Amino acid sequence: MANRQKMKKQQPEKRINNFQEVACGYTKEEAVKEAERCLQCKDSPCVDGCPVEVPIPDFIEEITNENFDQAAELVKEKNALPAICGRVCPQAEQCEAECILGKKGQPVAIGALERFVGDYELKQDREIEAKTDKDIKTAVVGSGPAGLTAAADMAKLGYQVTVFEALSDPGGVLRYGIPEFRLPKSIVDEEVQEIENLGVEVRPNTLIGSTLTFDDLQEEGYEAVFVSTGAGLPYFLGIPGENLNGVYSANEFLTRVNLMNAYRFPEYQTPIEVGDHVAVVGAGNVAMDSARTALRLGAEEVSIVYRRSRNEMPAREEEIEHAEEEGIDFKLLRNPVKILGNEEDWVAELECVEMELGEPDSSGRPRPIPIEDSNFTIPVETVVIAIGQGPNPLLSKKELNLETTEWNSIVVDDDTYQTSIPGVFAGGDVIGGSATVIAAMGDGRKAAREIDKYLQQK
Amino acid sequence: MFEIIEKKALASEIVSLIVEAPLIAAKAEPGHFVVVRVSETGERIPLTIADYNRDRETIELIIQAVGYSTIQLSKLEEGDQLLDVLGPLGEPVEIEKLGRVVCVAGGIGVAPIYPKAKELKEAGNEIISIIGAQTEEKLIMQDRMESISEELYLATDDGSIGHEGFVTEVLESVLEENEVDEVIAIGPVVMMKAACEVTADYGIDTVVSLNPIMVDGTGMCGGCRVTVGGENRFACVDGPAFDGHKVDFVELMRRQDHYHPQEEKAMHRCKLEEEVGRDG
Ligand SMILES: Cc1cc2nc3c(=O)[nH]c(=O)nc-3n(C[C@H](O)[C@H](O)[C@H](O)COP(=O)(O)OP(=O)(O)OC[C@H]3O[C@@H](n4cnc5c(N)ncnc54)[C@H](O)[C@@H]3O)c2cc1C
Ligand SMILES: Cc1cc2nc3c(=O)[nH]c(=O)nc-3n(C[C@H](O)[C@H](O)[C@H](O)COP(=O)(O)OP(=O)(O)OC[C@H]3O[C@@H](n4cnc5c(N)ncnc54)[C@H](O)[C@@H]3O)c2cc1C
Ligand code: SF4
Ligand code: SF4
Ligand code: FES
Repeated sequence: MANRQKMKKQQPEKRINNFQEVACGYTKEEAVKEAERCLQCKDSPCVDGCPVEVPIPDFIEEITNENFDQAAELVKEKNALPAICGRVCPQAEQCEAECILGKKGQPVAIGALERFVGDYELKQDREIEAKTDKDIKTAVVGSGPAGLTAAADMAKLGYQVTVFEALSDPGGVLRYGIPEFRLPKSIVDEEVQEIENLGVEVRPNTLIGSTLTFDDLQEEGYEAVFVSTGAGLPYFLGIPGENLNGVYSANEFLTRVNLMNAYRFPEYQTPIEVGDHVAVVGAGNVAMDSARTALRLGAEEVSIVYRRSRNEMPAREEEIEHAEEEGIDFKLLRNPVKILGNEEDWVAELECVEMELGEPDSSGRPRPIPIEDSNFTIPVETVVIAIGQGPNPLLSKKELNLETTEWNSIVVDDDTYQTSIPGVFAGGDVIGGSATVIAAMGDGRKAAREIDKYLQQK
Repeated sequence: MFEIIEKKALASEIVSLIVEAPLIAAKAEPGHFVVVRVSETGERIPLTIADYNRDRETIELIIQAVGYSTIQLSKLEEGDQLLDVLGPLGEPVEIEKLGRVVCVAGGIGVAPIYPKAKELKEAGNEIISIIGAQTEEKLIMQDRMESISEELYLATDDGSIGHEGFVTEVLESVLEENEVDEVIAIGPVVMMKAACEVTADYGIDTVVSLNPIMVDGTGMCGGCRVTVGGENRFACVDGPAFDGHKVDFVELMRRQDHYHPQEEKAMHRCKLEEEVGRDG
């Protein structure tokens, strides 16, 4: 069996000096060649691995026939944001993990093909006619992948849809979290534009709970609300020294760079500061993105400090590989215990302890256990904390009838996505657990269906 | 959308902008702030809602031009639009009838203290105000503070008007002579710190309003974190008002200096632009 078509990438030495996309995408010829590797399995196990059931063999077949329009149509029926998912889905654990070819060799590059189709589609500038002909207003709160998907689906069903977004630009994590070199903002802009073309209105600078409340939305005639406010609240370690200058939450670090373009300071006026030595705590996508961003901002040495081993790292495989290629230093089985400052209270050192792995804990991963008297320090001027985030309690603090868990996740009915408030639905990271773009989109899609049912019964 | 419908110079380098913002005006309460961005390349800067008019659907922002972004903001004219205005943000201050409340403000701090003093007065409190600035030209909102205060004391560093010296010195003598139920202190961090030291001696509850560096203003970045009573709090959502006796002011002052070199660079650029502007 032929090997997978390699995708052209910017060389590591070069790419660490710019913010341009690392992976360049397939050419038409490469895409067709890769598509031809697919065995067109009857029972298509790959589809079972996709949370939104993209008809994988079918769209791949259309690529082999060079019917790219048809391929795009098939993908878009299930996935409103193919150019985005093709880039950021954890394919290695989802569709590609189930691909038959993967049992013996390399699975079909489903993600890369989806990206090809998504990019192709964006270049077509298709005239889409909005058919929001129903005289029923619906609201979406938060413009991340969950909200955008729900909005697109509800618009396709004919509803009037307004998406309310707190920040100045739509996209959620796609905008403020995932860096340019992995997901160009122009792609996010274009995909959002496609959704607006369906008749969806996006209203930025509107913080629901503060600028407008659920009562206001009801008064303005919105008959259903979908809440997809994500998990934007950064967690800190709770160790001494975390408020020293030079310590960032990953959210702040990435928001300054992505949303506010701090990497183009002073043309853009939001500053960012990285030292020569940077430590990033954590090993998920957020940590990889922070580490690789720090490198591109000019840091000489960037380490990932993670308390478990490589096997347990939650980031996408491809991101870990890219980080390794770029020379990120992985300090595994190390856990920070203290951040030490200099006389001006700037970060000077990170004190860590060595760890070993014990029995599996509630997450199913081996529990990391500190090794006594193994403390050591590394000199750093910047520390980025990327150990996870939870739902922002702001909305539930203002909307007291909205039932949440002790972790601030909004409680919904498993089947209907309805919250404790009738007519208010929720999905994506804010209901907890999902934490991927495609899972959030899956929620948005299913919730849109449930909202449609609810409105028809009303 | 966010049109500036009125602009006034209040003092040297301090302007008032009346901005059209219907949704924010409808919800604003004393203690709230907004995050503003002037242009596509601009920073997000937090500014207190100094006053609001629900009928006219406007909010008032009072800006002290201290750096690049606030200078850009002060250069805008009536009819110009602000690109982004997000709010109202933060927790409003609790307005209760307490008795006698002393409001101490320094510099631009008068802007955020005014709406609170006004509501406290309306709630039946007696207000004693102490406002200060470096010099008389920089003193703002004297008339508005006067209209709601039983007594108004002024202080300037150079003695050009009122007491020569700090507002905290006046505070000390006011507390010496009056039974006071609460003090609100807003201004530069050093001033709030000093005010809290004075009131601690008298055992009087003191509310301060903190101004750490912010980005989103919605609790999403953690950049605004401050230590209050030994705990990490996000000033944008948990504050900006806190119990002054519990705040770690030293940490706050240090964190405010985080971007000092970049701020200087931006200011330098601002001056260059001005020179180019003058030549061209
Ligand atoms: C740095 C980073 C990298 C990641 N990389 C990947 C990856 O490679 N692959 C992957 O699959 N997943 C990745 N993830 C996870 C993925 O991005 C999230 O799971 C997904 O974005 C969740 O989507 P969402 O729509 O629920 O919320 P979000 O994308 O978080 O969007 C929520 C939106 O709601 C807005 N909002 C919040 N509160 C309010 C309010 N009260 N009123 C109005 N608007 C509000 C927010 O401003 C935000 O725009 C990454 C996450 C991060 C942070
Ligand atoms: C809740 C709150 C309410 C405020 N209300 C007012 C107000 O009503 N009127 C007013 O004039 N100012 C107010 N400020 C302060 C104002 O936001 C800053 O002066 C402004 O952001 C400075 O930007 P600059 O580019 O002009 O100056 P810079 O040169 O960038 O900085 C000058 C000073 O401002 C501080 N600063 C810089 N960036 C920020 C930021 N993003 N957030 C907070 N502080 C920053 C710096 O630490 C420095 O001390 C408030 C701040 C907060 C947090
Ligand atoms: S959406 Fe994600 S999981 Fe589904 S086919 Fe595309 S890349 Fe695979
Ligand atoms: S499992 Fe792999 S080979 Fe089979 S249809 Fe899916 S992508 Fe093609
Ligand atoms: S400003 Fe970002 S959390 Fe407060």
